[in-house]
Amino acid sequence: MISLEGLTKRYGEKVAVNDLTFEVRPGIVTGFLGPNGAGKSTTMRMILGLDHPTSGDVRVEGRHYAQLRDPLKSIGALLDATANHGGRSAYHHLLCLAQSNGLPERRVHEVLDIVGLTTVAKKKAKGFSMGMGQRLGIAAALLGDPRILMFDEPVNGLDPEGIHWIRTLMQRLAAEGRTVFVSSHLMSEMALTAEHLIVIGQGRLLADMSMADFIRQNSRSYVRVRTPDRERFLDVLRSAGITAMETGDVLELDGVAAEQVGELAARHALVLHELSPQQASLEEAFMRLTAESVEYHAHSGPAADEQASWGAGWKKG
Amino acid sequence: MTTQPIPSQAPRTPSYVSPIPISRTHLGHALASEWTKIRSVRSTLWTLGVFLALVVLLGCMMAGLIGADTYLNTPYTMPAFFGLLLGQMCLVSLGVLVVSSEYGTGMIRTTFTASPQRHRVLAAKILVFFAVAFVTAAVAIAAVGLYAQITVGARTNANWLPTVFTGALYVSLMGVLALAVGSMMRHSAGAITTMLGVLLVPAILPAFLLFNDGLADVAQVMSDYNAINALSLIFEGDRSTGTGGAQIAFLATLTVLACAGAFGVQANRDV
Amino acid sequence: MIEAVGLTKRYGDKTAVDDLSFQVRPGMVTGFLGPNGSGKSTTMRMVLGLDTPTAGHVTVNGYPYRRLPNAPRHVGALLDAKAVHGGRDAYRHLLSIAQLSGIPAHRVDDVLQLVGLSEVAGRRTKGFSLGMGQRLGIAAALLGDPQVLLFDEPVNGLDPEGILWVRNLMKSLAAEGRTVFVSSHLMSEMALTADHLVVIARGRLLADMSVREFIAANSAGFARVRVPDTDEGQREKLTAALTAAGAQVLPEQDGAVRVTGLPLPRISDVAHEAGVRLWELSPHHASLEEAYMRLTQGMVDYRSTADPQIGMRPEPAPGREDGWDDEPGWSPPQQPVHASDRPTLTEDAR
Repeated sequence: MISLEGLTKRYGEKVAVNDLTFEVRPGIVTGFLGPNGAGKSTTMRMILGLDHPTSGDVRVEGRHYAQLRDPLKSIGALLDATANHGGRSAYHHLLCLAQSNGLPERRVHEVLDIVGLTTVAKKKAKGFSMGMGQRLGIAAALLGDPRILMFDEPVNGLDPEGIHWIRTLMQRLAAEGRTVFVSSHLMSEMALTAEHLIVIGQGRLLADMSMADFIRQNSRSYVRVRTPDRERFLDVLRSAGITAMETGDVLELDGVAAEQVGELAARHALVLHELSPQQASLEEAFMRLTAESVEYHAHSGPAADEQASWGAGWKKG
Repeated sequence: MTTQPIPSQAPRTPSYVSPIPISRTHLGHALASEWTKIRSVRSTLWTLGVFLALVVLLGCMMAGLIGADTYLNTPYTMPAFFGLLLGQMCLVSLGVLVVSSEYGTGMIRTTFTASPQRHRVLAAKILVFFAVAFVTAAVAIAAVGLYAQITVGARTNANWLPTVFTGALYVSLMGVLALAVGSMMRHSAGAITTMLGVLLVPAILPAFLLFNDGLADVAQVMSDYNAINALSLIFEGDRSTGTGGAQIAFLATLTVLACAGAFGVQANRDV
Repeated sequence: MIEAVGLTKRYGDKTAVDDLSFQVRPGMVTGFLGPNGSGKSTTMRMVLGLDTPTAGHVTVNGYPYRRLPNAPRHVGALLDAKAVHGGRDAYRHLLSIAQLSGIPAHRVDDVLQLVGLSEVAGRRTKGFSLGMGQRLGIAAALLGDPQVLLFDEPVNGLDPEGILWVRNLMKSLAAEGRTVFVSSHLMSEMALTADHLVVIARGRLLADMSVREFIAANSAGFARVRVPDTDEGQREKLTAALTAAGAQVLPEQDGAVRVTGLPLPRISDVAHEAGVRLWELSPHHASLEEAYMRLTQGMVDYRSTADPQIGMRPEPAPGREDGWDDEPGWSPPQQPVHASDRPTLTEDAR
């Protein structure tokens, strides 16, 4: 359990984190989302006691990070995969971490096995690819078998097999009753991993709710229907007061649950070839929510006039 | 879930053609690009700044210390010799960095992707660097010469203008040699160390080699053609021992060979 | 158009790329997939003339890259966002590339604006975040308004807004008739971006086909069916009826069932005949990730596992399930198609 209360961080004039209050609960994977510069990293650093809040409070299992007796056993974190001494081998990197928290050497071998780095354990971390560095960081996070795990962009640099592996790993850790808090920019990946979401923008809390609620609240959901008895079905819908949008041979029904449509069809003995509740993607929902709090806006595609102006200028210059 | 894939039997989409005519590239493009590169990093500013400071300040200081009589048979630019001894290390460093920094940062891949004509890129690097080094060195030497002429004011039999040219040529060639070595070795530290060896070993080693009769010839060549001796010949203006022409020719030959090596090595190397 | 013929690269004993032949066609986004160490980067570097093939050749618009008269006007590439001199500012970094191919300086301003870096154009790139570096690399690739574009992991370090932007950019570039070749490890992202796939593993070609064909060939879709939870026994009744009709029925966690082997209208009919009302009947395609994982099984160099005996067992035979699929109630389709016996491959690895 991680709890934040009125957490605020100012750097001079700039407010990086503004009065954040939320809890990260055990047993589920909680996603931490926000555009670049929203204050995600600052928040994570304050949870780990690396930055000091300007005001407010953050506690890990009821204590401040600095008061934790064996921090590695309480909370394991992957913040930056390159934050290790490049000249040290993976094994020694983990060993010195383990020793600092009184963990047995055996555990180092265990976590190396879990992340699949056993064969390169004696190699210097300098020669590691980004994906291997990421695995090493995850090994360090798992070292103390902690009750809380925090990952910042864990899939960076991993290949598809590694991405799949870390996703199932996080879900398993959560299923074991641990608190798993993970930040990521990959919405499609988050949609597959997280159950609960905390979304911040410009340092403020924008949403703290389950994935399903988040998508429902921030986008359009509808029911897709395909039927051979199209005309009759439309009549039935009309008399039930349901509006249908026709796109091709598909009907899109707004503001109605699939269950209701199913019952309605059964009552009128209508054959359905498809009856599927449709939801927007997490990405769409996220975009809608955070539209105003993005730092660098890129232009959407090379505009035709831009190309033309280049052509014109080309001849001049 | 996925976007509509284009069936493989579908008529081929017309290929995009840029509305802007595509011209052939030439060395001029590469020269402009290298000129932008060399003036947009601070290492250039630093190395050339230290070079100027060393040559001009040390030169002006020495100009005051040397007795006015010395200039009777010595060009006014002679005090620049002391600064150049140290200052040539700056040009050597810059020469190495011009190319090795691209390898170190990975910029070389961007460069070679933008211009797969690798020989053209290296040629442009050499030309731009040589021009920058030569002009800087010439300005520094001339500044020392002018200062000495104004402050000492004594008459001299030695014409100092040619030494501006030969002195600048010598240290610039040394820089180009460094560039070629950097291009072959790709690592800044390794290339600079190698060049330090090229500068110092031939000046020091003969003292040891002279103990062996068999190596005496080698020692003689080394002591004649080492960088310190070459620069001192160029600025001494002592006709009896030559004006460094042979030394410049020697260095030029060495530089050309190193450049040929650099062109050869990079032509098909994986970067 | 990129065309590789028998492309091979050996480093000493190790063969990084092994007799690779494929074409990347204009007008669509072609994804380039493969596990770490499969030779993707080496292939891309050979396309760009940075590495010299040991055997075979690769051409861009009919030319070997290094013979292109003005390469940046034909090909733009983002290989590594870090491949810049950190001490140079963004504007002059791009300017030096533009000058190499005679592109006017104001085009630099244009691409900086296009990628959203105008405000930081004068800043040295050393201070750039990974995402900003990525945008700078994309700007460099677009400088010459090229027909062919190569991107290696373009969304690395970008935030959700940037990811969406890059995806739309690649699609719009392809729609203009350009050849867009993108490598990525993010299957869910690729599924949204690519039209066509080239998949390699251990340097060999595994697949060269459209995304849809790829998913169909390497995994099966299914129908999700839900019946009213108010009536007891409805689910069992439907399961029995569907099984009798030849379908495979697997329970899902939330009470729905997963049906494979019957088309949706047939499921509807069977339910109707059995007197079962439906609350949901939705088609699901297998994900690109599932299809990819199935194809590349046993081709991965570093496999992570909780199994302490890793490396001591023989490599899993193709087709064998290897524990990656631990979703409850879900078992793989009956006959996964594999590289060795897949007829749809255009080019087979030898």
